[in-house]
Amino acid sequence: MHIGVAMDSSNEPLSETDHNHVCFADGLTLECGIHLGRLVVAYRTYGTLNQNRSNAILICHALTGDQYVAERHPVTGRGGWWDQVVGPGRPVDTSRYFVICANVLGGCMGSTGPRSLRDDRGADTSPEPWGTDFPPVTIRDMVAAQKRLIDHLGIARLFAVIGGSMGGMQVLEWATTYPDCVFAAVPIATAAFHSAQNIAFNEVGRQAIYADPDWHGGRYWESNRIPARGLAVARMAAHITYLSEQALTRKFGRRLRGGQATGLFGDMFEVESYLRHQGSTFVRRFDANSYLCITRAMDYFDVGFEHDGDLAAAFAGTRTRFCIVSFSSDWLFPTAQSRAIARALNRAAANVSFVEIETDKGHDSFLLDEPDFHRTLLGFLKGCAEHAGLADGADAR
Amino acid sequence: MPGLPMAPMRVDLGPADPAIRFVAKNMRLDQRLIAEMIEPGSRVLDIGCGDGMLIEHLFHTRGCDARGIEIDMKEVTRAVAHGLPVMQGDADQDLEHYPDGAFDYAVLSRTLQAVERPREVLRQMLRISTRALVSFPNFGHWQMRSQLLLTGRMPNTRTWDRPWFATPNIHPCTIRDFFALCAEEGYAVERWLAVDEAGQKTPWKRSAWFANIFGEQALFLLRKS
Repeated sequence: MHIGVAMDSSNEPLSETDHNHVCFADGLTLECGIHLGRLVVAYRTYGTLNQNRSNAILICHALTGDQYVAERHPVTGRGGWWDQVVGPGRPVDTSRYFVICANVLGGCMGSTGPRSLRDDRGADTSPEPWGTDFPPVTIRDMVAAQKRLIDHLGIARLFAVIGGSMGGMQVLEWATTYPDCVFAAVPIATAAFHSAQNIAFNEVGRQAIYADPDWHGGRYWESNRIPARGLAVARMAAHITYLSEQALTRKFGRRLRGGQATGLFGDMFEVESYLRHQGSTFVRRFDANSYLCITRAMDYFDVGFEHDGDLAAAFAGTRTRFCIVSFSSDWLFPTAQSRAIARALNRAAANVSFVEIETDKGHDSFLLDEPDFHRTLLGFLKGCAEHAGLADGADAR
Repeated sequence: MPGLPMAPMRVDLGPADPAIRFVAKNMRLDQRLIAEMIEPGSRVLDIGCGDGMLIEHLFHTRGCDARGIEIDMKEVTRAVAHGLPVMQGDADQDLEHYPDGAFDYAVLSRTLQAVERPREVLRQMLRISTRALVSFPNFGHWQMRSQLLLTGRMPNTRTWDRPWFATPNIHPCTIRDFFALCAEEGYAVERWLAVDEAGQKTPWKRSAWFANIFGEQALFLLRKS
């Protein structure tokens, strides 16, 4: 191997998969003012909605997550991304709660996004995807699309909204935009606005995609290829931010992987091999234009913006019960940002629990086996169920 | 908000000594006495709530909307995992973030002597809450006095049971000291009592002088006068 040898990421287009979805023919008017003529929300549910329709929990996924929370993924064939948290007997117990997760607006697992065929042209033109012409969406738009789904499912109030990272942003958006629809909110490893540092990291990822010759100004479907190298580099850079120095050292150290050294770059450090693997598997399940679209939505996020930065004003009068969770080694969404949310909720006299979980696994901790986190989530939901009058057992059916 | 601490401050004493920032709790002793002073259905903030036993007690037996702050993350996790609304925070740092009059009672149980700024913490308590319930170990107890007098060493009793270099109790006071502070700050003492370490009421209720000699702990119910 020599300098400049690319990763083995295939640049074949993504496979087409049919996702369970609902289509809203009246579309959705976005925050930017543009009206999407047709809104598709792809989603999965687990468990059973009870008679009072009071046991529904909405899970909000992160930047590169999707609706396949607790089941085999139809594209990757791997288990659900939150199998350890959602399922029968898990902290989010599907034998007790009705769990919903929707692919975000702008995503690429069946919901309306840059891969969808555009709906703003006359019937006489041949249909083509939105690509980079897809309107700029915001976290609020994503939540508005989820609200349509919740209404469609006949649920007036969600027992809980739970999400980590960008999912946590959606939780905060739900709690401030539809406060009466959220009994309990669990924003995990998140922030009330995207920091300059995080915008900077996102920009590195976007520039990597733009720089890929296969990107073709976002119209890569025309060449039947995908900007796999650019997207993989974006993923690799982002992946570093999801871990911690300690975790990388513990997992890989300075260990070399295989082969004899034939030149300056003959050997590969294990950490390099790991990142390349992360990059090359990612491009087989994620659309580059979706990545551009969703990272932008995160960058725009600022809950306090409409209140001159006063976060407490955004939560004024809230009756939602909050559980804020951060992780000690998360430097992408550090504890200080969670604490700022907790303090704003204090100023709004809200009912708030706030826990920082001790771990060296960085931002990704919320996806990993963290027993203290799982116990916290379980206990918080149990306490809330008591206050919401959601009894154990029979009538939760 | 610049300069917010990201983790509770610990005084590192090296491997041999445990961190001493946290106050050993024995909620069972105070719980009954404190709960007796709280009206049913009140909004309560328990500052330094430990694993939240008092909160749970107040919710289940008195129908209170009780919440807690605790500096020790292990205790916080235990409390939240038990379904109690507790947040990690510090009496010195976090009370200022609550709005005026948010609670009917702010409880500070055996923590006052361990905070950095006891007077400011009391001021904050009576800003965010109509009443303050404060308990603390009495440094004026006769055993303290006699040990210091007779041995010339720092007292060591069942209440003050850690050596001077490992105690979290950086601001010890006596019952009479506390009365003096209340007078200076303009707080009305609605009720007070002195108890022994086991939480039993002691019969010197009418005399602060006697209570200051024989009471191991004191409990005060304050409001702004």
